Amino acid sequence: MTALELLEPFEFAFFQRGVVVATLAGALCGLVGVFVVLRSMSYIGHGLSHAVFGGAAVSAVLGVSFFVGAGVWGVLAALLIGRVSARSTVGADAAIGVVTTASFAIGLAIQSRSGAVSGSLDTVLFGNVLGVFRGDVFVIVVVGSAITAFVFAYLRELTFLTFDPEVARTSGVRVDLLDACFMIALSATVIVSVRVIGALLISAMLVIPAATARMLTDSIGRMVWLAPALGTGFGFVGMYASWYVDVPSGAMITIVAAAVFGAVYLATDVSRRRVVAALDDHSVAA
Amino acid sequence: MGSREPLVVFEHVGCSYGSTNVVDDVGFRLDRSDFAGIVGPSGSGKTTVLKALLGIVEPSYGSVHRCSDVRIGYVPQLETIDWTFPVTVFDVVAMTVARPRFGRLARSERRRIGDVLDRIGLDGLHERHITELSGGQQQRVFLARALAREPELLVLDEPASGVDVATRHEILHELADLHRSGLAIVLTTHDINGLAAHLPRIICLNRTVVADGPPEQVLHPYVLERTYGAPMEVLQHGGMPVVLEHRGHGPHIARRPGRSA
Repeated sequence: MTALELLEPFEFAFFQRGVVVATLAGALCGLVGVFVVLRSMSYIGHGLSHAVFGGAAVSAVLGVSFFVGAGVWGVLAALLIGRVSARSTVGADAAIGVVTTASFAIGLAIQSRSGAVSGSLDTVLFGNVLGVFRGDVFVIVVVGSAITAFVFAYLRELTFLTFDPEVARTSGVRVDLLDACFMIALSATVIVSVRVIGALLISAMLVIPAATARMLTDSIGRMVWLAPALGTGFGFVGMYASWYVDVPSGAMITIVAAAVFGAVYLATDVSRRRVVAALDDHSVAA
Repeated sequence: MGSREPLVVFEHVGCSYGSTNVVDDVGFRLDRSDFAGIVGPSGSGKTTVLKALLGIVEPSYGSVHRCSDVRIGYVPQLETIDWTFPVTVFDVVAMTVARPRFGRLARSERRRIGDVLDRIGLDGLHERHITELSGGQQQRVFLARALAREPELLVLDEPASGVDVATRHEILHELADLHRSGLAIVLTTHDINGLAAHLPRIICLNRTVVADGPPEQVLHPYVLERTYGAPMEVLQHGGMPVVLEHRGHGPHIARRPGRSA
């Protein structure tokens, strides 16, 4: 294969857009994923991505912007999760399970009743380079910049909140407000990334770059650079490879990420692997 | 603000989780000169009282008055810490120190944090991950984090829990030095003989305050039975009270009568 052939996919505007969005989505998922992983919130990320499917279906039927439909739906799902889990008889994990799977089921029902929107919904489920439009590039640049600015501006507070929420509260950190802002950032990350990575696979991108970075460093200060860098690489290589193997972009990005995670896991010693095993045991403030 | 003004006053405080009352009608005050230990059995509400003091738990009735602008340093139970979290000793202390948005910690603040760590015996360990420390050093990291806020009142939840005898002595001496330097201290502990009996003031708690005073007054069989719900004996050894638990045929030294609330 010549160098010219290697550059062939970049001749197409839709592929250029897909690569840009996949790369930025990988970086964004990597950055937000640091806190998702350290707070054991991957189930929330997984749930939100499923909830977004319902919003995508509604927006497709109504003919409104995906970002409006998925955004409103995502916020409603998050509020509903909070309301249901506030009742002591139902835990947060059960609330997430009920709300997000119900939302997903609504999306499936709408899809089956409206054949015209099935193509765009497949894109939401599995991610597709053809589903990326010029507006998506603009949205991910704007939203990604805002989320990155938020994370780095409040890095100390987010770290404190994640490590020790009670002491953070007594030290003057506005824990509830910061928590709400982080949930909004997480929802926004899922929504802007979902078209290229896919609702079914996005939780992998929230978890794998951060978990891989965690095995490579003992410093959260380095993790917040390393995880987005890995996510960027996974997004770019996965999207590029998807062109040649002709599989959905989300699947290829996830396969690349999982392969690198596996390689790092095998290359590191037992003590380093233990930190990944312990990621499940962290106290969850959310 | 007068120096005689109490730092914290609990007035008829009750706290509940849902419909379950954890503490009822708790009343005491903490002054600037205090070095007090709250003792009580499992479920007695020790940790809840500390959380109400810190403002983490809101009383369901009564009130907790904190002296205006009082700076409180809090050292949580080490068992609640996630030791695999990716932070170094320096990072833990630096979390409490504000910095400019997008900016690095000021050089003067870095120096101040370094001084706090060195003063507390963690010199040379600043860049170590927190799991690479001994039990005593780990306790000191969180003590340093609390001290970095330059508190007037230091609050510790079970500082002697899960540490060996030598470390417990270290902690006790460290706290005694801090108290001598003018810091008010309140802590919870299960360890009556190893820790509480060495403090100038003990508050016995069993959902409400059973007794409050110096060890020689409070460590009394009647008070301890009301606090722990089991008969206990108090002996004098080397001028110190030693509490013995009755179990079956003979008395046992009451080191850990229960677990935390």
